Amino acid sequence: MGLDLTDYLPIVIFFAIALVMGAGFLIAAWVVAPKSPDKEKVSAYECGFNAFDDARMKFDVRFYLVSILFIIFDLEVAFLFPWAITLTDMPTETAQFAFWSMMAFLGVLTVGFIYEWKKGALEWE
Amino acid sequence: MLAAIAFYVLAAVAVISAFAVIAARNPVHSVLFLILTFFTAAGLFVLLGAEFLAMLLVVVYVGAVAVLFLFVVMMLDVDFAELKQGFLSYMPVGALVAAVLLAELVLVAFAASGARGAPLAIAETSGGVTNAEAIGLVLYTEYLLAFQLAGLVLLVAMIGAIVLTLRHRPGVKKQDISAQVGRRRSEAVELKDIRPGQGLG
Repeated sequence: MGLDLTDYLPIVIFFAIALVMGAGFLIAAWVVAPKSPDKEKVSAYECGFNAFDDARMKFDVRFYLVSILFIIFDLEVAFLFPWAITLTDMPTETAQFAFWSMMAFLGVLTVGFIYEWKKGALEWE
Repeated sequence: MLAAIAFYVLAAVAVISAFAVIAARNPVHSVLFLILTFFTAAGLFVLLGAEFLAMLLVVVYVGAVAVLFLFVVMMLDVDFAELKQGFLSYMPVGALVAAVLLAELVLVAFAASGARGAPLAIAETSGGVTNAEAIGLVLYTEYLLAFQLAGLVLLVAMIGAIVLTLRHRPGVKKQDISAQVGRRRSEAVELKDIRPGQGLG
């Protein structure tokens, strides 16, 4: 296999440190902090009266729209990665063609971006 | 050896978290387990040598699609006690679909194990180029049409999402910065000379 897993050692170390940090704070709080829970302490606190209902409620569809628009530009950026690392490896004419093909792609999405900007889809009201 | 350990750890986490997706009572927990499943699947792609695919999985699925799922789960406002009542009536259909899927998976597993010398790492490319480079070398030139079509599909998705969901509420007060900045003293303040003892009226 041409795959060298030791290249991923930094990522593994990163994950290990993240895990130790995250779990460490939880465990330290569990071990060190004084605890004497009672019914009032652990119940949901809602200034002065009993909780009315669940914290889950309907969201504005606007959050959803922002998220969809984010996915689209996310994908656009994903297309840029292979382009960016291969452009210098290509022969000149192919590289020029690939460059302009990406520019056309970005141009199409910029049309969409201008549309959503002018429509006010990025504004919060 | 290292790769084998990594594979078994990732595969076990993937299967367990995938099971937890359907076993969790709280749908928000289900989505979080789904994110964990995506992550471990990305790790499995890395083991196969498909690094670009792994990155895409994390960027697109974990970063964006999982967020969408969370929004959907939170927007639905489902009553789960009510939802579970109809469960038994859908059970035969669900069981049938599950059985068909299981049969297909078993068939694929037998076919794969039966094929002698089938390559394990399918994403290997010749000439020592990485996965992303191999894609980049052909995607923007040879597969230009598909690439531009992808751009158009994204454009359609963008416009469609805006047309379907964007509603402007009338009468919302908004800050108009250019109007604020462009305001002159002459149109905002006026000096009135009032004689003593008389009102403005």
